[in-house]
Amino acid sequence: MTPPSTEGDSGREAIGTRRGLFGASGSGDTSGYGRLVSPIFMPDRTPRPYGGYFDDVVDHLGQALTTRGAPKLDDAVEKVVVFRDELTLYVRREHLRVVASALRDEPSLRFELCLGVSGVHYPDETDRELHAVYPLLSITHNRRIRMEVAVPDADPHIPSLYAIYPTCDWHERETYDFFGIVFDGHPALTRIQMPDDWEGHPQRKDYPLGGIPVEFKGARIAPPDQRRSYS
Amino acid sequence: MGIEEKLPSGFLLTTVEGLAGYMRKGSLWPATFGLACCAIEMMATSGGRFDIARFGMEAFRASPRQADLMIVAGRVSQKMAPVLRQIYDQMAEPKWVLAMGVCASSGGMFNNYAIVQGVDHVVPVDIYLPGCPPRPEMLLYAILKLHEKIQEMPLGVDRDEAIRAAEQAALSATPTIEMKGLLR
Repeated sequence: MTPPSTEGDSGREAIGTRRGLFGASGSGDTSGYGRLVSPIFMPDRTPRPYGGYFDDVVDHLGQALTTRGAPKLDDAVEKVVVFRDELTLYVRREHLRVVASALRDEPSLRFELCLGVSGVHYPDETDRELHAVYPLLSITHNRRIRMEVAVPDADPHIPSLYAIYPTCDWHERETYDFFGIVFDGHPALTRIQMPDDWEGHPQRKDYPLGGIPVEFKGARIAPPDQRRSYS
Repeated sequence: MGIEEKLPSGFLLTTVEGLAGYMRKGSLWPATFGLACCAIEMMATSGGRFDIARFGMEAFRASPRQADLMIVAGRVSQKMAPVLRQIYDQMAEPKWVLAMGVCASSGGMFNNYAIVQGVDHVVPVDIYLPGCPPRPEMLLYAILKLHEKIQEMPLGVDRDEAIRAAEQAALSATPTIEMKGLLR
């Protein structure tokens, strides 16, 4: 069985290949899907037209950035992706604040609500290991878009959006707690879920599960993450 | 906690023990310590269908000062553990702890970094109740077993002796891993 070609696929970018159902290697895959080979794709940049209100949003964002004396749209937003009818703007972190304030304040955009900050860890994506995802909602226009910022693990700094969207306060603390993304300018960036003296950031892919062996009568069962190896 | 603890061992003490045990088990007030899905079953137990009021226990107190039984219903995270211990410390003697469900008893399905692997790492547990989550009937059975224990609870010098005996028994017990034979 040969893995499907990952070259020449326009509109998507391969970031890895998964074998088996759980990516187990070196030990038996009891799921029955041991020979499954599936490439993992990230949607790549989408050419215009984006469809729906997405063209409108991107156009008005470009105009708003120009009137604000901010960098041009192509500088601030590295790529625009439409995937499964959802718009994602990949924003460069140095321009995140100006893009967010344009999205919030421009009358034709008016994204009043930032519904949180989610962290994502892609350990294989070199220099883009940590992503922060901001879903935005415009109540005025009933529109939803998403902003995504990617930073390297070696320099995990993203400007805080607390001054623009105060609801980001605890969400940024949570993302810092679980992923170690440092939000510069946050008023009190401390742990929120884990104890204050906790070491490490538990939601990263390389963080061990940390179970203990369970002892039964005459038998010892290894903790879940050591029963078989997951690559 | 009073003059009954100072009585000399013998007929008088055992009589007072019986009386005190009868009173204590008849008005055991639980502290609300619902942490997860077990709390739903605990609430169902206090409802009309299972009716924990039959045993004088319908008054769930949010204040640890007014409670003498802590039903730990759910998984205890590492961050919750100091809170749990503080609630336990604030409860007035005599006090008992019921570890409800497998998560409170042993960590259960959450064998990971975030969950305390058994609440007995933090507080002394009087009775363990398995189940995921246990049905209200199981909780009632555990409570009745605890009532029996409270009824027979020794006081004063007898209690000191019982604690020493329990510790000796625990020290000389065979660890589970060294036991042989069928799993039963």
